[in-house]
Amino acid sequence: MEIPYTVKPRPDTGIYNAKVGIWLFLASEVMLFGGLFSAYVLLRVGADEGYWPHGWLDVRLGTLNTVLLALSAITTLLAWVACKVGQFGRFKFFHACTMALALTFLGVKMYEYHDKWIHYEIKLKDGRFADGHMIASDDTSVTIEGRYVTDEKALYDLRSQGPIPRDEIKISRSDILSMENYGPWHNTFLALYFTLTGLHALHILGGTLVIGYLWGPGSRMWKKDPERFTNRIEVSGLFWHFVDLVWIFLFPVLYLT
Amino acid sequence: MNPEIQQFPPSRHSTAGHVQEHGHAEDAHHQESAHHEPNFWQKYIFSSDHKIIGIQYGITSLAFMWLALMLMLLMRWQIAHPGKPVPILGPVLASILGQPAAGGVISPDLYNSFGAMHGTMMIFLGIVPLAFAAFGNYVVPLMIGAPDMAFPRVNMASYQAYFLGSLVMFVSFFIPGGAAQAGWTSYSPLATSIPTHGQLFWIIGMVLLITSSLLGAVNFIATIIQLRAPGMTWMRLPFFVWAQFVTAFLLLLAFPPLEAASLMQLMDNVAHTSFFLPTGLAVGGNLAHISGGGSPLLWQHLFWFLGHPEVYVLILPAMGAVCEIIANNTRKPIWGYKSLVYSVLTIGFLSFIVWAHHMYMTGMGTKISTFFQATTMIISIPSVIILTCLFISLWGGSIRFNTPMLFALAFLPMFGIGGLTGLPLGFNLSDVHLHDTYYVIAHFHYVVAPGTIFGLFAGLYYWFPKITGRRMNEFWGRVHFVCSLIFMNIVFMPMFAQGMAGMLRRMSDGGANYSAAMNSRAGADVVGGLSDNMMSLHVWILWAAIALGIAQIPFIINLFWSIKHGEKVGDNPWQATTLEWQAPTPPPHGNFEHVPHVYRGPYEYSVPGHDTDFTPQNEPERPVGSKVSLATAH
Repeated sequence: MEIPYTVKPRPDTGIYNAKVGIWLFLASEVMLFGGLFSAYVLLRVGADEGYWPHGWLDVRLGTLNTVLLALSAITTLLAWVACKVGQFGRFKFFHACTMALALTFLGVKMYEYHDKWIHYEIKLKDGRFADGHMIASDDTSVTIEGRYVTDEKALYDLRSQGPIPRDEIKISRSDILSMENYGPWHNTFLALYFTLTGLHALHILGGTLVIGYLWGPGSRMWKKDPERFTNRIEVSGLFWHFVDLVWIFLFPVLYLT
Repeated sequence: MNPEIQQFPPSRHSTAGHVQEHGHAEDAHHQESAHHEPNFWQKYIFSSDHKIIGIQYGITSLAFMWLALMLMLLMRWQIAHPGKPVPILGPVLASILGQPAAGGVISPDLYNSFGAMHGTMMIFLGIVPLAFAAFGNYVVPLMIGAPDMAFPRVNMASYQAYFLGSLVMFVSFFIPGGAAQAGWTSYSPLATSIPTHGQLFWIIGMVLLITSSLLGAVNFIATIIQLRAPGMTWMRLPFFVWAQFVTAFLLLLAFPPLEAASLMQLMDNVAHTSFFLPTGLAVGGNLAHISGGGSPLLWQHLFWFLGHPEVYVLILPAMGAVCEIIANNTRKPIWGYKSLVYSVLTIGFLSFIVWAHHMYMTGMGTKISTFFQATTMIISIPSVIILTCLFISLWGGSIRFNTPMLFALAFLPMFGIGGLTGLPLGFNLSDVHLHDTYYVIAHFHYVVAPGTIFGLFAGLYYWFPKITGRRMNEFWGRVHFVCSLIFMNIVFMPMFAQGMAGMLRRMSDGGANYSAAMNSRAGADVVGGLSDNMMSLHVWILWAAIALGIAQIPFIINLFWSIKHGEKVGDNPWQATTLEWQAPTPPPHGNFEHVPHVYRGPYEYSVPGHDTDFTPQNEPERPVGSKVSLATAH
């Protein structure tokens, strides 16, 4: 006996096996990200007054990435449609676009991570804070591009402050009490930001690898069994749409609030 | 007859034909293995056959259950005789683990890690893989008349992820500092504050195990939805399949939040974030160097969001197996099949909204406690319905008392005790007294040990002839049963009393120091700590636990001996109705020679007017008397 309904839908359920599988997998993904989003809610509600960051992320870059993923959703759909109507060349073109968009997304994400990585909050011995991006550092001094603040809370709410000055500041190491970059350890917002977007970026990477395989070596199946190949494009497309959807939630939750 | 029969178009023939037209990569693999004889590695290690994978899961999980039992025996020795070297095993431990077991004495740290790993192994490496993955893999596709699981290679990946995860857990005993010490619940900030790497291994192991159960759950649900044989309508599924179906949904939806929590705990450990670490946390008397702002309650919520459905993951497959065995050995239809099905679905749904009854003592608020108290009481209703249906099924049956049936029968009162003693824990007022005492240990062990594990033993004895073509030895099966039943109860019954007397569950000396201090302070006539009577029960429990361990030896020998030397039996030794017994023994790759067609419900025993007292599900409707069914037209 062979396993039935691997390609053709089962009459009474109306779908083929892999489609059931991917929807179930996506249900579990909803619960995975749901757990992380509920962590976001709980930690944000429980944060000390005035210490939840606003405006730490660049909305322009976030919008750019949102557009990139929205476009990739369209090209994914078109790639599947091209398979459905038997136009293999168009499929190749549209999924090439999908991968290019996905890789650009990851590139922008890397730039944003790097921007946080070199961003330092420096606590000075006189009680003030110096905050900005590291330009140079040696044994005796640290040079950043940023500003001094006296009230720590001014570092948290950037949105109500107007343009943030970016002056070149040279600080002697002997004046520094402690310094820390804006990594996940800096506060719970950044912990959530890196964890949520990191997990999402891993999903993007995974999806790109799968689409890349189906676009490259996996596309040989087109000649032997176009229907099964089209199903594969559909199933991987469903995953891709889900990953896009997660970003649609991440963007407002992290960038816009 | 049920009018539903005619709804299913017997379209399998045409579809099967279509499948053969296209040579898929996946099928090519199958055909290849059919062409030339697969070698040992292909056949038994990297197999995608659901039966082999089921056996792999079964053997691995039984091995881990044995290991977890050994950990428990070592802990019981330390509780009964604190600070004394363990006889026989002590020197072995000292040579393997070094300092934590110096002189053969189990140090408190080692006790903690044994406690954490006993729980983790029994639940995640033992019972879930045995109940869900092993039985589910072997039996479910056969029961629904499918050739294999829907995604055979995903199935193989599921076992490999489980194996890797269990390997990581096992290896963690031997790293410096030993295995995780924060309990199977791994509460933060304790879990993050212990300065050894055991917790890191635990988290990585858990992520692998969660991946494994996720792949398994997707596969099971897809298989049950898509691969039912023609005529196998939903209400003709054996109850075991329903139980596995609901279990798969629980694993699918409840495990990911724990995966999310594990990722966050991993970040707390590795990237020094503060997801679960509150502001002002002090570790070892010093302020921890963290950003703070985290919430320890968040971990508990996410953990128990898995943790409570997990309880039903443990119990439902055993209930399913017990149901099959009771129907088979009472020789009559199960009473209230539809009530069983709707109850198990209700349990599945409700189990997602009872989790915080584990957290009454956390100070999360009385309103929340009241809500979870109410849902907890409601979920006991479908559980009682299931148990009642199984009890009533015994009424008027001509019961065959063979080994599987004995275990199945013992399951009912044992699970009953476990369930009913849970009620005082579900009420938040009585839970204040009983929380974190030995009462809790006794309660959930009655559910899982003489409950679930007896159900699984019943299943092992019952399905063994299908796997091997031979029956396990009946006499030694009974010895195993009687000894297990007696010693289980001597182990766990006294713990109710100890718990009500106030014995806390995590003390590595069984409360000796606490009692000594409290009793001397309170004076001669007032007993402030635990009485000598309560303390002396530890010794009883120790010896009963050792006897329980010894009682498993006949089972282990019987299991392996019977593979070669058991009594030879045919395809259907128990005269059962469900489809797995209508397949050849052992079932070949692809299971059935022809696509089975199903014409009737799962428990048609002792149907009046039939030659035999059982009517298999795939037996066509015969013209009985004047009634001629339409099904004969096919």
